Amino acid sequence: MKVLPYAFVGPVMRKEFRQMRRDSRSLVFMVLLPAFLLLMFGFALNFDVKHIPLAVVDMDNSRASRDLTDKFAATEYFDVEMRLDRTGDVDGLMAREKIRAALVIPETFSEDLLAGRSPSVQFLIDGANAMSGTTAAGYAASILQSYSQRTTLEALERRGARRLTLPLKADVRVWYNPELRSAKFLVPGLMAFILMVILTTSTAFSVVREKERGTMEQLRVSPLPNVSLIVGKLVPYVLISLASAHLVLGLGWVLFGVAVEGSYVLLLLAMILFLIAGLAQGLLISAITQTQQVAFLLSILTTILPTFILSGFVFPIRNMPLVIQVVTYMIPAKYFLVALRAIIIKGAGLPAFWGQLVMLAGFAAATLALSVAMLRRGNRAGRRRGREGAS
Amino acid sequence: MRAILSILWKEFIQLRRDPKLFPVLFISPILQLLLLGYAANLDVKNIPSVICDMDRTAASRAFIDDFLNSGYFTAAARVGRTGEIDARLDHGGAAIAFVVPRGFGDDLAAGRQAPVQIIVDGSESQTATIGVNYATMVASRYSQKVMLDAFERSRGRGLKPVLVNPQLRVWYNPDLKSRNFMIPGVLGLILMITTTTLASLGVVREREAGTMEQLIVTPVRPHQLILGKLLPFVLIGLIDAVFVLAVARLWFGVPLRGSAALLLALCLAFMLTTLGTGLFISTISRTQQQAMLTSMFFIMPQMMLSGFVFPIENMPPFFQALTRVIPLRYFLVIIRGIMLKGTGWAELWPQAAALLGLGTLILGLSVSRFQKKLE
Repeated sequence: MKVLPYAFVGPVMRKEFRQMRRDSRSLVFMVLLPAFLLLMFGFALNFDVKHIPLAVVDMDNSRASRDLTDKFAATEYFDVEMRLDRTGDVDGLMAREKIRAALVIPETFSEDLLAGRSPSVQFLIDGANAMSGTTAAGYAASILQSYSQRTTLEALERRGARRLTLPLKADVRVWYNPELRSAKFLVPGLMAFILMVILTTSTAFSVVREKERGTMEQLRVSPLPNVSLIVGKLVPYVLISLASAHLVLGLGWVLFGVAVEGSYVLLLLAMILFLIAGLAQGLLISAITQTQQVAFLLSILTTILPTFILSGFVFPIRNMPLVIQVVTYMIPAKYFLVALRAIIIKGAGLPAFWGQLVMLAGFAAATLALSVAMLRRGNRAGRRRGREGAS
Repeated sequence: MRAILSILWKEFIQLRRDPKLFPVLFISPILQLLLLGYAANLDVKNIPSVICDMDRTAASRAFIDDFLNSGYFTAAARVGRTGEIDARLDHGGAAIAFVVPRGFGDDLAAGRQAPVQIIVDGSESQTATIGVNYATMVASRYSQKVMLDAFERSRGRGLKPVLVNPQLRVWYNPDLKSRNFMIPGVLGLILMITTTTLASLGVVREREAGTMEQLIVTPVRPHQLILGKLLPFVLIGLIDAVFVLAVARLWFGVPLRGSAALLLALCLAFMLTTLGTGLFISTISRTQQQAMLTSMFFIMPQMMLSGFVFPIENMPPFFQALTRVIPLRYFLVIIRGIMLKGTGWAELWPQAAALLGLGTLILGLSVSRFQKKLE
């Protein structure tokens, strides 16, 4: 008699729920840990590069050189930590991380300026932290540029030019995130990252645990089809993680002011697809491993760093080599992140991200199908072993 | 000693029993490093830009060319109306837009102030910050040039622009490659993740399987049991470290300027803390699943607050204080120092001392908890 697979989803679900209730700490962790981590990271982290400790080596010691130093000190980007007499001291200070950058003004600085020659100054950067180094270099260059502009204006005035307005007026507008707050940028990324890691690892044990404890054999001898086993195991996790995701979303709104600009229904859809994708990845890991130890390692290694680095959370995907860009298609957080940023920050509609949703659904479907297939293979291997044992 | 060796042997046999464990332990770190080494690239160059030139004069073209020749921006699209910019930024194809309104050339020629607009996608705040910075700089240069041109034409006297030229010198990492910064961090992270997770399951697995009782009734002393359990993980961690270092050095060309021996020795000090944390988690968990979720509770904050990507000096004071108990923070200073800066014991002893202190503390704590559980 052919049994409809769906008839068994209910019993498997009930069994999973009962097992979850038995281990209350794991359940609490699953629901609350993402919110806790967002709370912590949301307050602690930002991408801003400010207050870079700077040393000034002023060998000119003139009014002009002091003027330039003041320009650096007046910004919030640099803190003038110390003034040195020799460039040689910079080395040791940078090695001990006392300073991150140094401005060296040569002896001829003011002389050159007065003579109308273009003087050069040296700007030394600790490049070990490539990211803040790049930003610091940009800040320094623009401070020096505005200094040059002012000097040119003064020179023109001395030569008798009148009516000095700058010929250009650059009007910079930042869309979607006007104050360039990194919270607005960070919170969606953190949501995707935290949910992905916690959800995948928490389902990674679901099947392999049964294998290790030997209860898998019992399930196998029951008339239960693999599809209903997988779906029945998945549904409770989806429900719990949906609660967890809403907690994270609410926290982002209340504490970090990251409100949902676009449609909530679309957000919910994106969220459900993403959760299923993440959980399905955990299930797949569970289906292909034999021990909880390996399942744990695999789920952590395939989520933490890949989600962090390959999803576009920190590093723009367009900067990656083509091969790596192809690999990013296997990271569900990538799709979710694009959709999340579009909905939460930009308030964009479906045309901006429907492709992401399709890809997410595709990833989830493929991963689930693969888990069912892997279970079936496991069953066959089990039956073969059983036969060999009997003969 | 015999007792430790026999526990050690038993652990190795158990580890070998799962054929997937060793590939996961040794191949996946290298695979990760290869992927991430290429992916970690924050070099903000060639930012895709939307060009909206409504003026279409020689002056506006020269202005746009200044941007495109600066190396920071490439034209991803040229549009005729400002209304079209919206869609380009929305779909994420472009990150910045330059708008030159009609009358730009005339304004400049007549000596009136010519407005231009720079629109940035702020949802990618890092690219945006750096992009705005370069864009205003290029605009300011152009402005200066126009001003001097006008002055020269009206007065006929030669006057050169005074430009303060920054000579940029970047130490330790001359090309400001993100890779050189990230790869040492990835080594620290992989070491932390593998050893903490292995150790966190080590004891709880025996308890779940019921074999803990059997071990307790043997004459093996608790500290021998712990040593025998942890030593295989130390070995695994060291092998991983050597593998990752070799790939970083030989494949990616990340410099190793300091002493490799010192680095490996300090890896051991670092593993004292990670294994201690793992063992501690193992003593407070009943099931492997609990141990796993509890490890996440320890691993994720360590990763984010250690300075792996997010600089510690930008955190609020409370979190800066919190990072002092995070071992990975000290290890990252050590590993980046030795690899990129060539620092040695003279600069790094405070970090080493912190690692040893934290390691002894957490390991001592978990051993004492473990002994209580045995009685």
